[in-house]
This record gives sequence, C-alpha cells and structure tokens, in this order.
Amino acid sequence: MASLINCPHCGVRPREEFTIRGDAGPVRPAPDADFGAWDAYVHLRDNVRGPMAEHWQHSGGCRRWLVVERDTFTHEVFAVVDAADYTRVPVAKPARARKAANPAGRRGGA
Amino acid sequence: MRYSAFSIFRAALAGNRGWKPAWRKPEPKPHYDVIIVGGGGHGLATAHYLAKNHGITNVAVLEKGYLGSGNVGRNTTIVRANYLLEGNEPFFAHSLKLWEGLEQELNFNAMMSQRGVINLYHSDGQRDAYARRGNAMRLAGEDAELLNRDQVRELAPFLDFDNARFPIHGGLMQRRGGTARHDGVAWGYARSADSFGVDLIENCEVTGIRREGGRVTGVETTRGFIGCNRLGLAAAGHSSRVAEMAGMRLPIESQVLQAFVSEGLKPFIDQVITFGAALFYLSQSDKGGLVFGGSLDMYNSYAQRGNLATVESVMEAACALAPAVARVKALRAWGGVMDMSMDGSPIIDKTPVQDLYLNCGWCYGGFKATPASGWCFAHLLATGEIHPLAGAFRLDRFARGYQIDETGHGAQANLH
Repeated sequence: MASLINCPHCGVRPREEFTIRGDAGPVRPAPDADFGAWDAYVHLRDNVRGPMAEHWQHSGGCRRWLVVERDTFTHEVFAVVDAADYTRVPVAKPARARKAANPAGRRGGA
Repeated sequence: MRYSAFSIFRAALAGNRGWKPAWRKPEPKPHYDVIIVGGGGHGLATAHYLAKNHGITNVAVLEKGYLGSGNVGRNTTIVRANYLLEGNEPFFAHSLKLWEGLEQELNFNAMMSQRGVINLYHSDGQRDAYARRGNAMRLAGEDAELLNRDQVRELAPFLDFDNARFPIHGGLMQRRGGTARHDGVAWGYARSADSFGVDLIENCEVTGIRREGGRVTGVETTRGFIGCNRLGLAAAGHSSRVAEMAGMRLPIESQVLQAFVSEGLKPFIDQVITFGAALFYLSQSDKGGLVFGGSLDMYNSYAQRGNLATVESVMEAACALAPAVARVKALRAWGGVMDMSMDGSPIIDKTPVQDLYLNCGWCYGGFKATPASGWCFAHLLATGEIHPLAGAFRLDRFARGYQIDETGHGAQANLH
C-alpha cells in the first residue's frame, strides 16, 4: 500500500490518516432480497488480486468517505474520488480507464 | 536415511559427503489418487497423514514456488492452544498434542520448544476475560494458569510493569505452548511424505481446475495437465484465486501481516509474551534474535510486504511493553499473505464441486494448526467424511449463522 493517499478534499496526506472499510464493489441488496443475496453480500468476497476499488474514510482529516482505486499486488494507487462522486463499474474494467472518467475534483460542503 | 546422533557421527567420519537430499524431485505422473495444491505446512502435513494414517501414497503435492516458500516460512513460529470457543479449542488442543510428538514421528529436529506462552492483562476486566478463557481451555483438557503480577515479574523482569497507561496486572500462562522451527516443520513433513512415496512437485503452478459432469478430474498446471480422483486445496493466502478456478467465491480476504527479527542478543525473553494492550507478541529465537509482530496492515494485499505505518506501530508496542528493546536494531522485516476469513476461524470442508476439498481461512493462526490441519484434512480426503475435531469448520457456517467468532467482531475480515 502506498504511504500517501491523495484526498480530493485535503490533498496528499499520510496513509495513517485513513481507515479502510473494504471492497467498494458489492451493492447492498434490497431489504426483502432473498437470504442467498444477503449471505453473498455480507460474507463472500471476490478478493481481487490486481486493480480494486475500496471504501476508505479520511478519518483523521475531512472524515469524507472516499473510493480509492489501487492494485492489491503492486500497491499502486490509481485514483481517489469522493464516494458521492463514484459510480460503480464492474471490477474487471481496467482501473486506469476509470481514472479519466472520474475527475477527482474538489467537492465542497456536502 | 534415518537421522540420529549415530548418523551424524558416521557422516562426519566420512567427511560429511554422504548426506542425501531429504526428498526427491520427481516428474509429475499423469494421474494421482489425491492431489494437494500448496506445498506449505498444511499441504505437506496433509500428505504425511494421508500416507501414515490412511495408507494413501499415490499422492502429489503441487507447489508453485519451492516447498515452504509461503506462510510456513514467514510466521513468528508460535505454537499454542489458548482458544475460548468450543468449536476451536479441542482442535487446537489436538494440534498441540501432535506438536509434542512431532519430532519423534517425523524423525526430524523441528526445535519444538515448550517455553510457555503468556498473554498479559492490564485491567480488571481483561483479567476476568482471561480467567474465563483459561477455564475454557482447562475444560477442553489443556493447561492454563492465571499468573498475578509478581509471578509474571519473576518470569519476565524486563517488562514495563508500571506503564502509566497499561500497567501489567498479570498474565494467562500456557506452559505447554512455545515455539518451533518453522522451516524445520515444513522440511520434516516433506521428508516424511516423500519417504512414503508422495511426489512433491515444486515450481508447478496450478492454472486451472478441470471438471467433467460436476466433478473434478484434474488440474492444469505450468507443467501440463495432471489427473486426480480427489483434489485438496491448501493454498493459504491464495485460496480465493485457486477456488475461483472452480467457480467458487470464498468468505475470505487476503491481507498482509508483517513480522520482524532483531539482531542477536543474550537470553533475555524466555517465554512467548503477548501484550494485552495492543496486538503484539514477542519471543526470542535460539539464535538470540527477538522475533515479534503486531496486527495486520488492515488492507487487502497479495504482496508479501507491508506498510511503514504498521512497522512504526509495532515498534511502538515493543517499546511500550519492554523499554529495554528501544536501542535494539531490527535486522529483518517481512510480510505474509493471510487468508482472513469472515469470522477469524478456518475452513476444512467439502465444496459444492464433487471431489474438491478445501482447507483455508487460517487467518494469522495457521502455523500452530499445521499438524491438526493436516490430520483432519487427510481424514476428509481419505474418507470423504468431516473429522469430528474439525466439525465446526464448515464452509456453509456463515450462511447458517454458526460462525466461530473468537473476537466477536462480525463479518469484517481485518478485525479478527
């Protein structure tokens, strides 16, 4: 994992300021979804080796939830966007292409 | 060749030119009764017990690197059986019993050292929790002893007992716990399995799992297709990747855990000591180096290296526990890829694919489990039945709501 993460609100900050939640890929099922859907959401993981999007919170800074796209093998960070600006795309898609589609611009207030 | 004091003496007289390699380097056969994916501690132990307990010797262990190049060579060598929950403790108690007879069984010096494991407590609440844990251990037939502050001080005088934030009030001692030489364990199991006729095939990475009509027929590897009747996966941190080849998603995240060794010192820490205020554990190897580690780096990783932020927090814990180590130089640091399960407990089970068996989810506690894991997995591969000691380690326990959650953290892999 890189030692620095570029928060879209606070700029380049040390990784210790951030707290990870995990894979940003899974989507919460509807409350009345069947049991299998909930089991898969809560317990099963793709556990990607390679480019992956994750939820991190800038807990020692602006406290915004972010989506960090990074490689779980090389530890390279490709892009960081505010979670509110993130649109889910299939994980298999090359991460670098997503970077261009999601400009990590400053997002005030929200 | 049987190893003994006499064999050393005889080889020395012959100029030490008579030693043979401890195992063969066979070419893979086209078909085996059982193939085990992963030539680490658990895979090699499984092969040993398949041959010894069940008489199944037409077995291959496939390893993508060299034998023992994964987590069995990258841990902090601690052996203990101090679990709370009844799904876990009998299994680890059996493992500790196997450790005690391991060197005689394998005819290999694994440097098993029952020096004792002390879990320190720093508050009244923590003492109560450890008393409860100790009682659970004794109910399962294990030894456990609650030490007060003076008893701990007698054993480990160099700790910071009067730390302002985390004073040491005592510790839970398991005297039969200790350490073993991690590589020696892998080599001992490998040599024994090989002597029974098991083929240990190194530099052979599995790239696909071939299935016909819902059952496994063999594996595609970098050294060609190899057929089998039954396939066992013991791929530790890469379990999700191998299971994916059979169309499975596992309740596992792969995370990196770091460990460290210091320069050699005179005898200083006699036991394995764990800090109750932070996840930190410390022992001293026979060479004199302090062996220590802390918590996960907390993020998914397949790289066998970690982050400096974690290095710093581990060093801080070391200095808080034993201030005398502050000026000791760290010699080496390394990381291993852990298969962190969603409840912190392992999986030894059948899978929805017929003749495919799974051994994974050992989190950062796999080393001490090596003998019992091999014992139970061999039983499963040989008979198709779950071993009673591993009866709680089922793959579907998450869906059924029967998690074995020692820490009570829920389905968050990095908190176990």
